[in-house]
Amino acid sequence: MAFWRLFRRNRSAVFGLAILVAVLVLAATASMLFPGDPFKLAGQPMSAPGTNGFLLGSDTLGRDVASGIAHGAQTSLLIGALATVVAVMLGVVFGGLAGYYGGWIDDVLMRVTEVFQTIPSFLFAILIVAIIKPSISSIVIAIAVVSWPAVARLVRGEYISLRHREFVQACHITGMSDARIMLREILPNCLSPIIVAGSLMVATAILIESGLSFLGLGDPNIISWGFQIGAGRTVLRSAWWVCTFPGVAILLTVLAINLVGEGLNDALNPRLRERS
Amino acid sequence: MKVKKPPLLDIRNLFVKLPAGAERSHAAEDLNFTLEENEILCVVGESGSGKSITALAVMGLLPAPHVRVESGDILFNGENLTRASAERLRKVRGGEISMIFQDPMTALNPVLTVGKQIDEVIRIHATLQRGQRRDRALQLIGDVQLPNPDRIINSYPHELSGGQRQRAMIAMALAMEPKILIADEPTTALDVTTQAQILQLIKHLQKSHNTGVLFITHDFGVVADIADRVVVMQHGRMVEINAANEVLNNPRHAYTKSLIRSVPGLTPRKARPISGRQELKVSNLTKIYRSGGGLLGFSGREHVLHATDSVCLTLHHGETLGVVGESGSGKSTLARCIVRLINADAGQILYQGTDLRPLNRAAMRPYRAKIQMVFQDPYASLNPRKKVGHIIADGPVSLGATQLDAEKKASEMLELVGLDVRAFERYPHEFSGGQRQRIGIARALTLEPEILVADEPVSALDVSIQAQILRLLADIRDRLQLSMIFITHDLRVASQVCDRIAVMRLGKVEEEGATADLFANATHPYTRELLDAVPGRDWRPPEQ
Repeated sequence: MAFWRLFRRNRSAVFGLAILVAVLVLAATASMLFPGDPFKLAGQPMSAPGTNGFLLGSDTLGRDVASGIAHGAQTSLLIGALATVVAVMLGVVFGGLAGYYGGWIDDVLMRVTEVFQTIPSFLFAILIVAIIKPSISSIVIAIAVVSWPAVARLVRGEYISLRHREFVQACHITGMSDARIMLREILPNCLSPIIVAGSLMVATAILIESGLSFLGLGDPNIISWGFQIGAGRTVLRSAWWVCTFPGVAILLTVLAINLVGEGLNDALNPRLRERS
Repeated sequence: MKVKKPPLLDIRNLFVKLPAGAERSHAAEDLNFTLEENEILCVVGESGSGKSITALAVMGLLPAPHVRVESGDILFNGENLTRASAERLRKVRGGEISMIFQDPMTALNPVLTVGKQIDEVIRIHATLQRGQRRDRALQLIGDVQLPNPDRIINSYPHELSGGQRQRAMIAMALAMEPKILIADEPTTALDVTTQAQILQLIKHLQKSHNTGVLFITHDFGVVADIADRVVVMQHGRMVEINAANEVLNNPRHAYTKSLIRSVPGLTPRKARPISGRQELKVSNLTKIYRSGGGLLGFSGREHVLHATDSVCLTLHHGETLGVVGESGSGKSTLARCIVRLINADAGQILYQGTDLRPLNRAAMRPYRAKIQMVFQDPYASLNPRKKVGHIIADGPVSLGATQLDAEKKASEMLELVGLDVRAFERYPHEFSGGQRQRIGIARALTLEPEILVADEPVSALDVSIQAQILRLLADIRDRLQLSMIFITHDLRVASQVCDRIAVMRLGKVEEEGATADLFANATHPYTRELLDAVPGRDWRPPEQ
């Protein structure tokens, strides 16, 4: 509860959390609010919002935009969260090993990381999805592959600063194994920055996913916000709502996650606590 | 009629308020003291006694708005500084009252040369031509007895040694011939021999400039060396103020008495009978650090440092062997080589006849429990995310004990080091420095070691706590029949705990001998120099 008190001090973070919760609820209740396939043709194409029974209008083929947004929330959040989990795990393993052992292991692992960092991440993601078949798992892999180097760098820095602390040396002297020292002693001490970086990464992952779907590289069987925008792109001037509402959904979600991430940073990083 | 000149600095009924939620409501409560011209007034106290806050209050540098002067006056030559404008305070600071800090490395700007930084002070407070300022800077550098002023003026702080940096700080502080010099633990971060020189310098400059010096310290040895008068502080209150002689030899207040009683004397303790059985024998131990060189030698010439250079030591059963030396002498490296935290490059570490040095991790495991270590920093040596009980029990568990047995053992050890068993379920941050050091000792003891390597175990602690921990260590050593390697830079502490002492310098053991013997007739000039540099060596704390 002490944590909640610290988090609450950042007003905008609480606001972000509220939006995020709303998006989560929307995603969870999508199939109750809008039963059936969001791809199905629900009525008159190009209906404006509020007409023909469409809350947020319909697209060129008569699909319900509101239904798409609700179901798309599931996709975005799922991919955002999964990709982040995979990226963080990869990053922690690479960064942890490099930071803990140092020397040539560090050199090799960091050079590998740099190779990934030098390729523009979005192009790299497109390339990966284009090579593997577009599907949820390939998109998750693509996003994770372009995101983990940042985590690896962060974790490496933390491990380097912690590995020579006296409490770690004390563990060496008691004969504790390296794996145990890395996981049980050092890792808990660098969880805060990892959580903050991870939460911000979810937002980036959602953006990349939307971008990929917009370009038609998303999973063709699953609705997503990026796909909706892509589908409405050609009719932007005659049917503005098709692009606009999914766009607003992306904007709000990413904003919310960034605000929450910022709030977590303030709450978890004790040095910033006095800043207000 | 002649009016009596007001004192240089007159602090009256000073209260400094701390923010809500702090440990106590005031950092300083009802302070009353004066500082006269040409006088060194020492403010002594343990950590958290409010002595640094007092200094900052005088300088008008309190971290407002959290900490502020609540009431009271600070009169500087009759002028009330608590009511002075920010503009006026800026004039006073550095010009009429200046300050030197504990750590010269962080107090100097690393990207400016020493000359530039001295120049800055002069430029702000006086209108002098560039050339005149340079001459003044050179003169100041000469005044603080830095060698080769022409070179120093163009040096960056990192190119100077710790003592030289502190001299440069003093040159800056004296640039405008201030009436008051505030020195906040100026020698705490320095080696004893350097400390002795800096103290002498401060005293000399103070005499020749008639400066009033407010000298903040925790070390009664330093007080004995330089103070004219002493203020003793406890929990933000002044408990005693008197001439140095009186405070040191005839303390009135119970707290002062207890502080002085805790100061380890320089008289070596009585020799104890030591068995002839060798527990550990270190011979020709060498550890080399290489830096520079880099991949394919692109980063310039390789720099080779012998951290320990053919060190030979013998530790007998039940004995405490002191390893004494200044920073960079290789004493910590030696300790870490012995517990196999660092792999030495050559030599032998014979534990009851087995050479531990070449053993790999797996082969070393059975010997791990035999040699344990107590660390210097009680704040860094405990994992902040783990409960105390687990920190202690982890050792036996990783050497194969069951969780239940280990925890039972951990509880026993907590009791042995004088902590409540309830400490088991708490986190390290809930304990004070001294209690944390007890936890560190308990951790080392759960493995039932035969040799305890203690690396400066009391140098981060206040004197009263220091005395308790030293007693605990001695008690445990006797009860558990431990042999101990005790690393310290403090000859006072060494004289109280060690049976034998080895003096190290630049990676080499210069001299070794029984404590009393070494103190009475040291043969090596370096040992003599160290002994002479101990602050307050001529002062014997009164028997009480």
